[in-house]
Amino acid sequence: MSIVFDRPHALADKPLHYCPGCTHGIIHRLIAEVIDELGIEGITVGVSPVGCTYNNYEYFNCDMVQAAHGRAPAVATGLRRSLPDNVVFTYQGDGDLAAIGTAEIVHAATRGERITTVFVNNAIYGMTSGQMAPTSLIGQVTTTTPFGRKPELHGYPVRVCELLSTLEGAAYIERTAVNNVKNIRKAKAAIKKAFELQMSGAGFTLVEVLSTCPTNWGMNPVRSLEWLEKNMMEHYPLGVYKDVTASAAAE
Amino acid sequence: MGEKLLMKGNEVIAEAALRAGCRHYFGYPITPQTEVAHYMSRKMEELGGTFVQAESELAAINMVYGAASAGKRVMTSSSSPGISLKQEGISYSACAELPMVIVDIVRCGPGLGGILPAQCDYFQIVKGGGHGDYNLIVFAPSSVQELYELVVHAFNVADTYRNPVVILGDGYLGQMMEAVEFRDTEPVEHIDKPWATVGTHMKREHNVITSIYIEADVLEAHNNRLQEKYRSIQKNETMVEEYNCEGADVIVTAYGTVARIVKNVIKDAASEGIKVGLIRPVTLWPFPSASFVKYADTPKGFLTVEMSAGQMVEDVRLAVNGRNSVEFYGRTGGNVPEQKVILQKVRDIASRV
Amino acid sequence: MMHQIILAGFGGQGILSMGHFIAHAALLEGKNVSWLPSYGPEKRGGTANCHVIVGDEEVGSPIISSATVLIAMNQPSLEKFESSVEPGGIIITDKSLVPVKPSRSDVRLYEIPATEMAYELGNPTYAGVVILGKLTALTGIMTEENFEKALKAILKPSRHYMIPDEMKALRQGAEYECS
Repeated sequence: MSIVFDRPHALADKPLHYCPGCTHGIIHRLIAEVIDELGIEGITVGVSPVGCTYNNYEYFNCDMVQAAHGRAPAVATGLRRSLPDNVVFTYQGDGDLAAIGTAEIVHAATRGERITTVFVNNAIYGMTSGQMAPTSLIGQVTTTTPFGRKPELHGYPVRVCELLSTLEGAAYIERTAVNNVKNIRKAKAAIKKAFELQMSGAGFTLVEVLSTCPTNWGMNPVRSLEWLEKNMMEHYPLGVYKDVTASAAAE
Repeated sequence: MGEKLLMKGNEVIAEAALRAGCRHYFGYPITPQTEVAHYMSRKMEELGGTFVQAESELAAINMVYGAASAGKRVMTSSSSPGISLKQEGISYSACAELPMVIVDIVRCGPGLGGILPAQCDYFQIVKGGGHGDYNLIVFAPSSVQELYELVVHAFNVADTYRNPVVILGDGYLGQMMEAVEFRDTEPVEHIDKPWATVGTHMKREHNVITSIYIEADVLEAHNNRLQEKYRSIQKNETMVEEYNCEGADVIVTAYGTVARIVKNVIKDAASEGIKVGLIRPVTLWPFPSASFVKYADTPKGFLTVEMSAGQMVEDVRLAVNGRNSVEFYGRTGGNVPEQKVILQKVRDIASRV
Repeated sequence: MMHQIILAGFGGQGILSMGHFIAHAALLEGKNVSWLPSYGPEKRGGTANCHVIVGDEEVGSPIISSATVLIAMNQPSLEKFESSVEPGGIIITDKSLVPVKPSRSDVRLYEIPATEMAYELGNPTYAGVVILGKLTALTGIMTEENFEKALKAILKPSRHYMIPDEMKALRQGAEYECS
């Protein structure tokens, strides 16, 4: 008998605390698989955010640092500048990255910090129970937009990849999703490429992952995946927004 | 004896940090401490260290948090409004027990205030401007030479106790030039940091730096441990200058630049036959309460002089604990307590029957 | 003896540098020194001052409450600081820019047309050094040799060509007979 499916070494043998149907678990696994495949567990330091994944330092077997809300890119900057031969990643949600931590992510990107950010966008605040996120869609009902997000009252959803891809320090920016197997595999490939580019010193790398929050969206997991496809992907098109290796190849 | 150099306080802070082995500096410009960043930006490039001008004080302190997590000797410097922004990161660092040196060259507030010297942030730094039960170790140098010695000491103490340390100076201390001799008063200690997040190298369980403890009993246990550490710091690290206190008619308390004005007053008063003592806290936390207990019954009264509306005086009163009168004289807004006014207050207290 | 010197004038006259030269040279003489600049908003408003203390004893407060010497390089500075001078103290002014005498009669006043003399030497920025010449002659606060060393240490190498003229300015200031 041979083992065909196992837990990646970089992923701790612990039950995840996430809600049923939440896609954080998948994304954790993808990161752990990439760390295994690149053989970098021993030199990787991850930075946990504030939000539902505040304690995902428990789920990765590499060294981990827990950061204040939104400050993960700054903490990662301090780590990476101190550890030139290591690999540093941040794991951040949409509130953490695109609201309270907007300055930190923009400046880490523009400085071209050699870090990888995995940005999980589920268009809502999960941990604090379903408030509007900077990425909540127009019309989306949340606990702080009970009548739906209205542009005249709440502004428009932020497109992070589009924004950051304008910065010269950014080496690789891709938006992915984990709504089906094909996209999950693409997400993993993107994360792997981002880590590789970090290690080659290319600059700042970010992979956005469109994700679900069945609990706070008020839908079952299957309906959530459908909602992601129909609504989020329309506002947040998947694809590579910046790839310095591609533009170098084109020249 | 080494060479005596004439240097600005702010530059000495930077040079002392470099001599203490600090190779990582993160900051954001603010007057009156920008010379620290100027010096660091030049030297770090020469030495192959890290200098980052961050996008904000929030980012700067969190970069410090990251570098400290990696076990590096790291420093940031700022001034009052900038320190307010850093409070979030300072509280997290105290909880996560990260050694770091934070320099606060205080300017006058509140609000944007002004850039002139002040001591109006004693409460913020000594009592904890951030949230939670924590203490910072706070040094208050009063000369450029002492600034050098305390910065070196600060790095050693920070590493020893895994605790953030603050160098609290007023704008004058940062801006003035005095002679400094970079003498090795204290060896630069190299303390192992097995807790640092530098990668497991597949040789140990992973390290985690965190300040979140969701369960009440776990957090309380962590807090109890922190409190125990703070008690040991109080026991071992308190520093104070007691000057001329034996048999003094009046004991004045002041720290930093103000303590030096008081030393002038001590001479003036002596020529009038009044013996004035000075208790100068060198550590503001831990506060040298024992000195006040020791001399509580000695003088006719205590006088606390500050460039504030009255902050350290509360700690003096707590320490004297009603055994003697404690009066206060302070100036704010960037004004400095006047020598002749202090002298008059001293005379008033000394003339009491 | 503790020299407590307040230097004041317009920004651009080199007030802070003058104080720096004194402090550096005096340190070379083995004295205790402090140099405290005005760094407040007034710097931007066009005036500058600094407090320099030089002496054999340890320097107490770096802030001068009672000056032994005031160097006033313009009229507003004289008016602002003359009351800070102790009775019997020294006031040196740049007569070219300070037409009105101080109101104090209990001080020793030395008026030197420093800016005019500096122009004759070829550069108005030497005015401060002319004044420092007088200060040195009156107080013996530093030797010529140490002043020259201070210039070399503080001035950028690109300005070292000025040093011979600065030394000439120092001597002319020292020798100038005040009426």
